[in-house]
Amino acid sequence: MSIDDRIASDQPKSFKFTAENEKEIKRIIAKYPKGRQASAVMPLLDLAQRQHDNWIPMAAIEAIAVRLDMAEIRVLEVATFYTMFNLKPVGKYFLQACTTTPCWLRGSDEMMRCIKDRYGIASGQTSDCGRFSLLEVECLGACVNAPILQVNDDFYEDLDYQTTGALLDSLEADAPLPVGSVVGRSGSEASGGGTTLAAVKSGKSATSTSKKRGSAHA
Amino acid sequence: MLKDADRIFTNIYGWADPGLKGAKARGDWDGTAKLLKLGHDEIVERIKASGLRGRGGAGFPTGLKWSFMPKEVKDRPHYLVVNADESEPGTCKDRDIIRHEPHKLLEGCVVAGFAMQAHAAYIYIRGEFVNEARRLQAAIDEAYDAGLLGKNAAKSGWDFDIYLHRGAGAYICGEETALLESLEGKKGQPRLKPPFPAGVGLYGCPTTVNNVESIAVAPTILRRGASWFAGLGKENNTGTKLFCISGHVNKPCNVEEEMGIPLRELLEKHAGGVRGGWDNLLAVIPGGSSTPLMPIDVCADITMDFDALRNAGTGLGTAGVIVMDKSTDIVKAIARLSYFYKHESCGQCTPCREGTGWMWRMMERLVRGEAENHEIDTLEQVTRQIEGHTICALGDAAAWPIQGLIKHFRPEIERRIAARHAVDAVAAAE
Repeated sequence: MSIDDRIASDQPKSFKFTAENEKEIKRIIAKYPKGRQASAVMPLLDLAQRQHDNWIPMAAIEAIAVRLDMAEIRVLEVATFYTMFNLKPVGKYFLQACTTTPCWLRGSDEMMRCIKDRYGIASGQTSDCGRFSLLEVECLGACVNAPILQVNDDFYEDLDYQTTGALLDSLEADAPLPVGSVVGRSGSEASGGGTTLAAVKSGKSATSTSKKRGSAHA
Repeated sequence: MLKDADRIFTNIYGWADPGLKGAKARGDWDGTAKLLKLGHDEIVERIKASGLRGRGGAGFPTGLKWSFMPKEVKDRPHYLVVNADESEPGTCKDRDIIRHEPHKLLEGCVVAGFAMQAHAAYIYIRGEFVNEARRLQAAIDEAYDAGLLGKNAAKSGWDFDIYLHRGAGAYICGEETALLESLEGKKGQPRLKPPFPAGVGLYGCPTTVNNVESIAVAPTILRRGASWFAGLGKENNTGTKLFCISGHVNKPCNVEEEMGIPLRELLEKHAGGVRGGWDNLLAVIPGGSSTPLMPIDVCADITMDFDALRNAGTGLGTAGVIVMDKSTDIVKAIARLSYFYKHESCGQCTPCREGTGWMWRMMERLVRGEAENHEIDTLEQVTRQIEGHTICALGDAAAWPIQGLIKHFRPEIERRIAARHAVDAVAAAE
């Protein structure tokens, strides 16, 4: 993909971090030794993206460069090197579908087909309603729960054509399904309950699949 | 089968409380100060004696790696960096440690950090693990509040801080020097070695980069004894290991097992066996996408450990076991991996930047049979020219799956070429 395709042609004139995020920035920069504030570039790009509807305008690149005393081009090259930074608008529901071999073996083609049947979009495109964007991504690192569809921050696991459809229904209704496996696995145990750690399981606590929301920029 | 009593990760499935209270009930943070009283060198010696080999893929002895750090702290601070940029296709074990056993990792950081005389650790977690990062940050906050981190961590007399840093989608940052570049706020492009990170690492300071699993098992090894760990598994391949079993098995799962477990036993005991039965097996990629595949005859009696798999021309890697049954288009399965490496090449070295794209295009032609037989040899030769000719091992990792395919499935590739030629001949005659 050329750089022109990745950066929005229509750009807002200015960008300003919110007061709350300014506080967060101070907290982030404090994690790194004095003079090493450039380490904060990725967290700040993430912060800007979260503040700005899931994409980073060029004005934010400039603001971050000033904030971290970096050349603008250094910030831009970081922003373009890492795939998670969106430099153009995406829909409210950003669908990142893993199609790497472990997901493909478990039917990621079916998951993709479901998305295509519904919205007629290919990787890199946004639905006509503007609410759904699709990106085919590389291994998401949850291979034993394949195939995986990441919706914004959340992983949906063990999908097939039908369950992908049910997930999309839930998103269309703005009432997303519970995060995680759609076939009821609590984690990476074998379906049906796993083959080890029976004693732990019998004392099973309900806290294992907490869907806590909070500050994502760690 | 490994007994539950010998499992380190007793909450790997998240069935119990992942928080501090639950972790303490599982034995984490028990007498951490006492472990540190052993002293820097003794901890390193005990980890060496346990035989622990790095769980990130290369299998380098962990204690030995720690011993490469300077013996005295001079003008530059020492750093521990934890590689939680888990992205090797087929691998999803660190994710479970982070979300279900975060305190094992944190206590491990204190122990390992102390052993190498570091006062700070950075944990670099892949960007896509947003919820996992939240869980880990919550555990870090909890540990600070309980006095287990920070000044006089766990009342050990040693100050220790842990910082979480999120990546943003780049497989290459799992390479340790690319990870350090990224942590410094740059593109994740690997550094030339030497100098090695133990001499010049993060911010130019002595640094050790370890995998999540390697660090997370350290406190348990020290508590239960190096000889306990060394008594599990096989000689030179000791201890327990988290295996990730994906693909065409009846029940894909992660499971902690003894090193050296026979592959067939691993699949049949824990993953419900190969879909359609053992005889329906086509091939297994044993250690994440970079490791060459093994056809069924090799799979039949191979054991899952570093040395046995190396001797079979492949590797244990991250123990990401990708199973493929006879329904698999094996050429396409490997071509998809070639696309992965093309996508993830950082672009720094020409053989990798150009070669991964070339190999992928060639593989796509082989999927369709649009080639000549001699081009299989050309492809094989190109993989040899990429392998070993780049700064980091991504070039090697891109070359190996293709080499494995050609070695074991050349007749299948030739069959497709012949079939395509036959179709073309008919079309030409019409």
